[in-house]
This record gives sequence, C-alpha cells and structure tokens, in this order.
Amino acid sequence: MVMGDLVREVDVAVVGGGPGGYTAAFRCAELGLETVVVDAAKRLGGACLFEGCIPSKALLHIAAVLGEAERAKEFGVDFGEARVSLDPLRKWKSERVIGKLARGLAGVAKAKNVDVVAGRAVFEDSRRLRVEGDEPQVVVFKHAIIATGSAPSPLPGLTLESDRIMDSTAALEVPDIPDRLLVVGGGYIGLELGQVYAALGSKVTLVEMTDGLLPGVDRDLVQPLARRCEKLFAEIRLQTKVTGLRETSGGVEVRLGDETLLFDRVLVAVGRRAQTQGLGLETTRVRANERGIIGVDDRCRTDDQRIYAVGDVTGEPMLAHRAMRQGRIAAEAIAGRPVAFDNVAVPAVVFTDPEIAWCGLTEAEAQRTSRPVKVAKFQWAASGRAATLGRSDGLTKILAHPDSGRIVGVGIVGPGAGELIAEAALAIEAALTAEDLAATIHTHPTLSETLMEAAEHLLH
Amino acid sequence: MTAMARDFRLPDLGEGLTEAEIVKVLVHEGEDVREDAPLLEVETDKAQVEIPSPMAGRVEKVHVHAGQTVKVGQVLVSFGEASATPGTKTALTDGRARQAAPAAGARATPPPAARVTEGPVPATPATRRLARELGVDLHAVSGSGSGGRVTDDDVRAAASHAKQPAALSPRAPAAPERHEPARPAVERGPAKPLAAIGLQAPPLPNFEQWGPIERQPLSHLRRTIAERMTLSATVIPHVTHFDKADITDLDGLIRRNLDMARAQGVTLTLTSFLMKAAALALKAHPQFNASLDPAAGELIVKRYCHLGVAVAAERGLIVPVIRDVDRKSLLEIQRELGALAQRVREGKATLDDLKGGTFTITNIGALGGTGAIPIINYPEVAILGVARAREEAVVREGQIVPRLLLPLSLTFDHRVADGADGARFAADIVRRLEHPDQLLLEL
Repeated sequence: MVMGDLVREVDVAVVGGGPGGYTAAFRCAELGLETVVVDAAKRLGGACLFEGCIPSKALLHIAAVLGEAERAKEFGVDFGEARVSLDPLRKWKSERVIGKLARGLAGVAKAKNVDVVAGRAVFEDSRRLRVEGDEPQVVVFKHAIIATGSAPSPLPGLTLESDRIMDSTAALEVPDIPDRLLVVGGGYIGLELGQVYAALGSKVTLVEMTDGLLPGVDRDLVQPLARRCEKLFAEIRLQTKVTGLRETSGGVEVRLGDETLLFDRVLVAVGRRAQTQGLGLETTRVRANERGIIGVDDRCRTDDQRIYAVGDVTGEPMLAHRAMRQGRIAAEAIAGRPVAFDNVAVPAVVFTDPEIAWCGLTEAEAQRTSRPVKVAKFQWAASGRAATLGRSDGLTKILAHPDSGRIVGVGIVGPGAGELIAEAALAIEAALTAEDLAATIHTHPTLSETLMEAAEHLLH
Repeated sequence: MTAMARDFRLPDLGEGLTEAEIVKVLVHEGEDVREDAPLLEVETDKAQVEIPSPMAGRVEKVHVHAGQTVKVGQVLVSFGEASATPGTKTALTDGRARQAAPAAGARATPPPAARVTEGPVPATPATRRLARELGVDLHAVSGSGSGGRVTDDDVRAAASHAKQPAALSPRAPAAPERHEPARPAVERGPAKPLAAIGLQAPPLPNFEQWGPIERQPLSHLRRTIAERMTLSATVIPHVTHFDKADITDLDGLIRRNLDMARAQGVTLTLTSFLMKAAALALKAHPQFNASLDPAAGELIVKRYCHLGVAVAAERGLIVPVIRDVDRKSLLEIQRELGALAQRVREGKATLDDLKGGTFTITNIGALGGTGAIPIINYPEVAILGVARAREEAVVREGQIVPRLLLPLSLTFDHRVADGADGARFAADIVRRLEHPDQLLLEL
C-alpha cells in the first residue's frame, strides 16, 4: 500500500456490476451489510444491460415488428416497404431502453446505500482489493463476491483487427446495415443477431461448425427455427469452419472450406469466456480452471472462505437469471442464512423467431444418460390461439418421470416460448406432476394451454 | 341420486394443519340442514373456524363431540337422504375453497411413497429451505405430496420423528397382544398428542471478527452423536436423582469368584452386576423400561429388557445393546458384554448390536470423577450413570468403618416419571447392589 491511498473497510466488496453483482450487492445491503460494488465502467447492469440481453431484445423486437408487418400481407394488410432509419433506432435502444433501465438501477443502489466505485479491481490478498483507475483506493473487505462475468470469445486462431469484424457487443451498436453479413456460429447469439440483421435488410450467411443449429438443443425444437432461418437467411452452411480472414478494399474475404466469399461485415458469435484474468486471484485461495472458470460450492463460495463467485465466472450455463439467483444465494450465505443453490431447473431461451425455450432435462440428455422418461408432445397446429396468430408451427413437449408423473423437463418452440417456459420452470422446481399441470385451469384461448394439453397426454 | 348415507369428513384445513379440536357441534341428529349452514365449530393451532355443511340433507349421525381432536379425513357427520345435490363447497370461513371432502379424506392417508435416494428430491424451493433450517436430510424423507413430493409437513414430521429407531412404531395402535398397562388404569380419556415444540438455534456470529478460525468437518459418528444428544436434550425434560450404593459385600463376592469365572473364560466385573440389578429393578418399575409417544399421547412400555452399555470407542461414544438381560445369568451377561465391547472397539459392531435398547448404563468410573449427569439415550426414558467406587468413612452403629461406596445417578424423563418414582427405582437398584445375596433369590 502506498501512503496516501484511500482505504475503506466494508463488509462485502462486489467485483462487477452485472446482474449477478448488483443482485448480490442489493441483497447484502438489505441484510444490513455495508457493501461496495467495484465496476470498471462505474455503472450497474453489466453485459446484460449494455451489451447483451437487453439491447439484443430491443433489436429483436424491431425485427419482430418488421416480420409481423411482412406476415400481415397473408391476411390482406400491406404496409408497403419498411424504411429503417438507424439514428432513431439506436437512440431509442440506448436512451429509452438501456438508459432508462440503467437510471433505475442507479436509483435502487442509491436507495439501498450501495456505493459504486469506478475502476479495475485487483485482489492483493484474501482481505483486500486494490482499485485501479479513476477512483484509486484500497478496499478492505470481510467478504468479496466476484461477478466479473464473461466476454465474447474470439475466433480461435484467426485474428484480424478490423471494424468489419464484429463481436456481439459491436453488432448490437448497429454501426450500419451491411449488404452481406457473415455470421460465424449457429448458437443463440448468432441466430438472434443474424435474424436482426436479416430483418433490417442484410443478406445473411450463417456458418456453423457442427451439423446443426443450436447444438445441444432437441432437434424437434430446432426444426421450426431452422425452417424460418432458411427463409430469412441467404444461406446456412453447417459443418463449416472459417479457415481464413483477409480484409480487402471491398470488404472481408472469408475462406470457408475451399471457397472464398466476400462479405461487408463478419459477426463472430462463437461463445463467451469467463473474465477472470488480471483479477489477482493468485494472491487468494480462489481457484480457476484453465478456461478461467472459478469453482464454487452450492453456496457460491470459492476455495477461499472469504470469497464468493457468481454468474458467468462460475461457468455454464452463462445466463443472467442464473447469476441473479447465485447473487442472492451468495449474499444470504455471507449473512449466515441457511441457503444453497439447489435449483433443479435453469430455464434457457433463444429469443429468435420462433422462440425456443427449455428447462430441466432435454430429450437428448435423457437418451444419452438412459434416464427413463415419458414424453408428450403437443403440436401447435391443434392450438386455437396459434391459429389466430397464423403461427401453427410451434411445439410444446413435456418429459415426465414414468412412475411418479413428475415433470422433469419441458421444451417449447413457438412465439412467446420465452414467457411460456416460466410455468414449466415453476412446475419442475416445485416438483409438480403432469396431473397437477393438467388439472390447473389455463386461460383459453392462449398458448399456455399447450402445456396443459401436453400434460394431459401424459396421463393417458 | 339414491338415498344413501354420505359421510362428511374433516377437510384439508390448509397451512399444514392436520388436525383440529371440535369446539361445538351446531347440529343434532335428525336435523335437516341446508347447504352452507354451519355444522361445527373447530379450533386449530391457528384459528377457530366454523365449518359449513357441504350439502343439504338430514343429519343421520354426528360422529364427534365437543372437546374431541379430529384428524383431516376423519368422518364428522353422516348425512341421510339427499334433498338436493351435494355441493362441492367445503370452504372454511377463511374463504379458502378446498377440495370436496372425500378427496380430502383420501389425502389424509397417502400411500407410502418411495424415497428418492439420488438426484434432487422433489420438493418446492421453500420446502428445501425449511429442511435446511431444521437440519433434515430430504433424501431420508418420504414425500406425501403428488408424485412423491416432499411437503413442509413431511419435513416438520421428519424433524421431530426422524431420530426414532425403526424398531419403534411411530404410533402405538392397539397392539396384537396388549398386556395390562404399567399402572392400574385410572379413568383416562382418549389419548391426545402433546403440543409440539419448535426450536431453532440462531445463526452463529462471525468468529473471524475476533481472530482466525479453522473449520473442521464433523465425522459421521460425531454428527450422529451430536444430533441424538441435541434431540434428547431438546425433547426430553431431564431430571437426575443421586444415590450411593455400599458395594463392599458385592466387591468381596466378585473378588471371591474371579478365578472361578476366569476358568470359564470370563473376567467378572461390576458392570454385569449393575446390569442385572438394573434389569431386576426395571421389572418393578416398568415405566423406566419404556418410551413416550407424544404424538399418540401414550407410554410404550416394553415387555423385554435390552440394556445398552455406553462404550468409549476411539471414534466416539457407542452404545451396544445386550438383549434379555433379565433372563440371562451373570456369567452369560459378562461374556456377551466382553465380546460386544471388543467388537465395538474394533469397529466391527453391527447395526443390530446397537439397536433396540430399553435402558442405558454408562460407567465413567474408569476415568475418575465423583459423578456425572448423562443425557438420556433417546427415545429411552432413563439412564444410569456410575462413577468410581471409593472407600469412604461410614458411620455404622456408632463406629466409623471403611466401606466401598459407588456413586450412582439416575437421569430420567420427567414427562414419564416424577422425582419420587426415580428415587424408588434408584433405591431398588442400590438395594440389590448392597445385598448381592438377594440377587440370588430373584434368579
């Protein structure tokens, strides 16, 4: 420590102001612990609010409006050609959506007396953090919570410094609407942003290394999305790897197998990696693996008794809602409450058109692990609500334990799947049976009935 | 609809309540009631509520009376001919609509569900939190909810019952052969459960604020001992009676017979005499050879006499059990005790060696001291603590004589017996130890 350094003592130092971090900090404050958040950008919200969940959903809403307008022609409504103006679009996204939510979080922090310090936090030992940057200081903590999240992974082996090569953060800024866009990666980020740019007017080519979109997700759920993407995108190439990138005056030359194609921009969406480098973890007993992922127990505590970790730094699934639950657990564990991250189901949603959502056991996983399950599928072709929406390509699937009828997994594809999955998560978490679900009155006509219908199939 | 009797059962009261006390019966047999007319007033742990009639019809029979405790699903009233369709309402006055009564009745006795041994146990997040708070391992709880889901009630029941050994049935319904009760039966009403107590220790302070600490996980045995001691000390109100036995004569008897016993491969010790004396005294005081069933409001008196002897093994305290001590000879008891203690010390004792005890003796004499108050080996009623025998100056017929005195402490469950009972029981043990020749007459 240098003389003159500002030293402050707190009960809990939270490193990172994303959803895991701010949830933990707010909960700590509620439990009477003096809490400070150290965030590189001095703001709460993290990747989720500024370069992830929220801006992508804002853009996907725009894409959905464009898609609906296009579909309206089917029933005789023609809005004509849509014109997109990027300046108001970006302004709406950053001010009306992100700005509003960020101000809300800052207000909550103030109300709860949670101080947010700008800077990069580096552990000096298991009791202190050095904050480098605009507000240099040393924070002496009783407990720390690491919530530094994740960042987009670069293309392995291929580095090209160019504005034309975008990661998801850059793509969400919508610098322009490229004529020809290559999306590398058929995971949820590539598909969501691919659909945004396709809706805005780009000719999108998507390449995926494996033999299908959304690896790991049940094929029957992916199929309607794959069909939709085939219509929206210029081309989808599976089992294809990018082997070379070269910037030319006209764009980026991309080597795909033995072909070379020219694109105006390339979006790299090949996953996210934990951000734990440079945190000074080696001065503590916190252990991270070779991919930077920190090991935690069911109370989110690391190998260092004073230090907890939540969110993407603790590995897959890297989802904001999981981080928020972990943040709450860590805060309550620090306060001495008997808590555990014992959640059975972490729901996942792909916010494409159509949406795909699942939670609990998937059919593929059940087969791989030879777990006995009874599966019921309800095709949305038989749903009145789906027909009125002109969207009968959806599917609701329930996996139940064959003896007890307990619901162990649910998968949904179709518009609104991301909202519908909430009921499934509750059912799985509360160990409800198919009978419980079937005997619950669902409003008619809604898509939520498809869960009830699928549950009824399981009773026969 | 045919005119047939229809039973109205106590509906599910919600809030995890399983029973209620009838405060007032508001109808009489033969009375015609309309749907929703008040039938009964009942009181639960939470509130007093009026139960409305779920149907219209003539009250054929009232099965309950004021002051009676009834369980969910128990038949309260039978209705005769139906003068209208039976309603489906069993809404209590708190406005919570409940399932029709027969369903509630069926629910009260759920089929025994298989326990989940691996993977997540089916239970809501709130139930899991409750289990953590009460220290209940959900894997050890059978779920009574749909699909085997473990409910809050299951967890609370497990918290208060889990530690009972399997040998004991949780309730004591009319046993196939029920001997006469321990005491001449005075006028007794129906058995009623004792009130449950809920205790939860507050969270520990953060000790690191005062200095460095180290967290050491407890061994399985240590944890088991801790759980059982907590259970016993929390649930049983302990009371202790002290006495001393003059074992000068008994000591002489043991010394005289050491060689004879050794010839049969047995090392004669005081413990076997203590066990025999206790077993014989237990026959005369059967309430100390028993277990209290607070849920049933009954004392379960055991017609067998299996005595536990606390053995200090390297890993911790273990209490092996010798069966039918009342029917065995001293040499047999001593031989079994030697073999059992060796198995325990070698860690080879089987579960059967440790189960089924009715009374426990703990001899801490080897380590010195002048007396100790042990904790009762739950769910037994009493435990005999024995300290080191010492020669003391005793006044006998005006003369000071050296006598060998053995300090004893009898700790027992004050719910089951009072101080005078304990004193009499202890005196019976002392008498037998002081007059070993009398032991002979009882063999």
